[in-house]
Amino acid sequence: MAWNTFSTVAETVKALDDKQVSAVELATHYLDRADALQPALNAYVTLDREKTLVEAAAADAKRAAGETAPLLGVPIAHKDIYLIEGWRTTCGSKMLENFIAPYTSTVVKNMSDAGMVTLGKLNMDEFAMGSSNETSYFGPVKNPWDVSRVPGGSSGGSAASVAAGLAPASTGTDTGGSIRQPAMFCNLTGLKPTYGVCSRFGIIAFASSLDQAGPFAQTAEDCALLLTAMAGFDAHDATSLDRPKENYSRDLSRPLNGLRIGLPKEFFGEGVAPGIAKAVDDALTVYRKLGAITVEVSLPNVKYSVPAYYVVAPAEASSNLSRFDGVRYGHRAAQYSDLMDMYMRSRAEGFGAEVKRRILIGAYVLSHGYYDAYYLQAGKLRRLIAEDFKRAYEVCDVVMGPTAPETAFQFGAKSDDPVKMYLNDIFTICANLTGQPAMSHPCGVDEAGQHVGMQIIGNYLDEARMLNVAHQYQLATDWHRKHPSI
Amino acid sequence: MFSQVTALTPTLTLSRAAGEGVNTVKLHMSQWEIVIGLETHTQLTTVSKIFSGSSTAFGAAPNTQASVVDLALPGALPVMNKGAVERAVKFGLAVGATINQRSIFARKNYFYPDLPKGYQISQFETPIVSGGGLTITLDDGSSKYIELTRAHLEEDAGKSVHEQFDGASGVDLNRAGTPLLEIVTEPVMRSGKEAIAYAKTLHNLVRYLDICDGNMQDGSFRCDVNVSVRPLGQKEFGTRREIKNLNSFKFMQQAIDFEVRWQIAEIEDGRKIQQATVLFNPDTGETKAMRSKEDAMDYRYFPDPDLPPLVVSDEMLARIKASMPELPEAKCARFSSEYGLSHYDALLLSQDGAMASYFETAVKAGGDAKLVANWMLGELSAALNREDKSIEQSPVNAVRLSNLVARIVDGTINHKTAKTVFEALWSGEAASVDAVIEAKGLKQISDSGAIEKIVDEVLAKSAAQIADYKAGKEKALMSIVGMVMKASAGKANPAQANAIVKRKIDAL
Repeated sequence: MAWNTFSTVAETVKALDDKQVSAVELATHYLDRADALQPALNAYVTLDREKTLVEAAAADAKRAAGETAPLLGVPIAHKDIYLIEGWRTTCGSKMLENFIAPYTSTVVKNMSDAGMVTLGKLNMDEFAMGSSNETSYFGPVKNPWDVSRVPGGSSGGSAASVAAGLAPASTGTDTGGSIRQPAMFCNLTGLKPTYGVCSRFGIIAFASSLDQAGPFAQTAEDCALLLTAMAGFDAHDATSLDRPKENYSRDLSRPLNGLRIGLPKEFFGEGVAPGIAKAVDDALTVYRKLGAITVEVSLPNVKYSVPAYYVVAPAEASSNLSRFDGVRYGHRAAQYSDLMDMYMRSRAEGFGAEVKRRILIGAYVLSHGYYDAYYLQAGKLRRLIAEDFKRAYEVCDVVMGPTAPETAFQFGAKSDDPVKMYLNDIFTICANLTGQPAMSHPCGVDEAGQHVGMQIIGNYLDEARMLNVAHQYQLATDWHRKHPSI
Repeated sequence: MFSQVTALTPTLTLSRAAGEGVNTVKLHMSQWEIVIGLETHTQLTTVSKIFSGSSTAFGAAPNTQASVVDLALPGALPVMNKGAVERAVKFGLAVGATINQRSIFARKNYFYPDLPKGYQISQFETPIVSGGGLTITLDDGSSKYIELTRAHLEEDAGKSVHEQFDGASGVDLNRAGTPLLEIVTEPVMRSGKEAIAYAKTLHNLVRYLDICDGNMQDGSFRCDVNVSVRPLGQKEFGTRREIKNLNSFKFMQQAIDFEVRWQIAEIEDGRKIQQATVLFNPDTGETKAMRSKEDAMDYRYFPDPDLPPLVVSDEMLARIKASMPELPEAKCARFSSEYGLSHYDALLLSQDGAMASYFETAVKAGGDAKLVANWMLGELSAALNREDKSIEQSPVNAVRLSNLVARIVDGTINHKTAKTVFEALWSGEAASVDAVIEAKGLKQISDSGAIEKIVDEVLAKSAAQIADYKAGKEKALMSIVGMVMKASAGKANPAQANAIVKRKIDAL
């Protein structure tokens, strides 16, 4: 097959191996598209053609010298939450508008070690707080399928760039659904691994106990290649899992005969848009045809996910974002009368409304006399939800359901009502609270032609199995090969 | 080098109007009981910081020992330094405390320019060490057991530098992330003397264990002292004020003395003590409130999600137990029983590890234990103090002191000439005890014929003293013996000289 804009990562590797294209040609192609579509989509925050082409040329030189690396010369774009030495890293915020990273995150380093070439830094909700990309200081990313709609968030740029063919793959981070929901909105495959599989070192922290890095790509097969490159123990992250490297592609071809899919009744009730319910049902029919069986399971405590999350995530964020104080780096107010005034003005000017809202909620739930009632209770709920899943996995191998209750919505539709916005993550948040791996793959469209995602939640460290499941589905369907005409 | 920030507004918001004259007011001191508890920050002797690989060495150029973690750059994460954990465990074992094999790090949130993350990583609800205690010995020889509440690991903050920048402050983050073990006592001390004795005992112990260099000037060992007073016999504690960051025993004594008198004066004047944090000013000798309880911050403690619970494995615990040195208390008891030293001498020699090892080396080399102890606590200590040297830097090593003592015991030299030998060894004039004795002709005259000759010469010139002695003035005899010693250039065996003089005078 001849290489083209929408070639997958696996196909791109083959094209490079076959010398159909060079790394420099690939980089140039995607950079040109990124430039051309930047006004329409606003997917990138920073592009640095020179840096990218230097990396690409180095990859070509390595190939010429006979050196090998699994993804040598394949371009990738990174969410602007990953620090890369010498690159501006904004986290979608005015606070870091001019921050040049002095070191490189472990995940990006791992991907560079695997031979990947950095295309640029992708737009995102400010400090990863948002589900629509409307909180970015650099303006919202547009959904390439319909520019009047949101691409999802917080990794909106990560999703839009791959969907629009501005990059063959991208990284995102997922604290409450920030990979899976935009993957659904933009018709991509996205994976949030088990907490601790990917190092958090060099990724700007939102909620430390929930944040996890993961890939966006067109296919599960690509996600497996990307995760193999990204993951691994890192001594710089005390929460990183100390275990051997894994090849996440190893089970891709396994048949699904006898696969037990758990369907939580809590994921199929009211609140799920009819078009989504239908697409998910159709996908389950495909799975059954592939040999899987479905069993109903119950996750009675999963209904507490959103309230628990909106205690834990803001609490941790309020503390994590304290370092942005205008003292050492980042935005500092031009005028101030004393130290306290400098703090207050710098933070008031540097942070957007949603970030401030969450810092306030977080400071409140941690304050003296409230800690037990909120943070401690939320911790208990996390354990109860984890126990629900543990029971479910006694009768099933994976849990499935819709990724989000609604498809991509219009800009402004929810921006006045934070609770409505938060409820968009109702199905994704539970996997962050428990630390389980979860992914979304395309599985159809609703009445409006908007894309529907199937969420697969796996047991801890079952990424290879989940990728196998999604890959088998993708061999039998072609939703994932549809591209916007942009 | 320095990251410049705006001028810091002074945080001193409370001052005491009636602060002056406290020391001159007549107080009813004897009707009050003083209650003191200490929180001591000991900087641990790890080469690198508690959560990063940066060096902990003191005195480097500003911000040259601050990594991405210490600078709290975005995305940086803390990683536990095992060396700090081992030192905390060592301390816990030394004071007979409970080692919590699972302890939790928490974030203490507040904003300050020298606190780069906007929170300090500390231990809050579950510290690594709980309980235990230390026995202190007071000047009158009595002893007291001081119970500890806890000891927990935490990171130090950086330093704000106010002098070098016009209208602004600089921040030096070299110290940020230095490992601290904060050791907290119960409020069981009842006088400034007890508090000082505790602080000194603790100071000795942490150096003994080699977990802290004890350098108070550089801030490696600093105390916060909680002081309150209550009427004698009252059970409830009075309201306490906390004197922060005392970095010398002298200041600690002064600060406590002032604070106690101030609190008693306040109450006797009909005022109430407000809970507060106070600073001691060495220039005025006074304490002054820096913030009151009303300004108390809400630190919003919560478990640090970046650090899993700190686990001390059975294996680690066993390994540290096996490597524990003999502790000062046990060593003191052994010095008494094994070498027949007085409790006081044993205590002085056992409190400092280097002193104790010097002592035992000298004794093993053949020196008489009691004489070695006397020489160490006398001449040697005086010489060390005079030149501000530690015992490791002593020009007279343990084996030489042992040789010196041996020559006293075998009668080659007497105590007086031994001092001359010691001075010669100290100044490096000669390499061995015997060489000094030889070179200076200090060998004691024990030949009675030679001594008698000198005595005869002295007696011939001492008619007045002889008359005095005969008249019953015992002192006159000592004066004659002194002249004999002087005439022999100090070399006559003093006991022999004494006997011969007495015999000859009595025979006159």
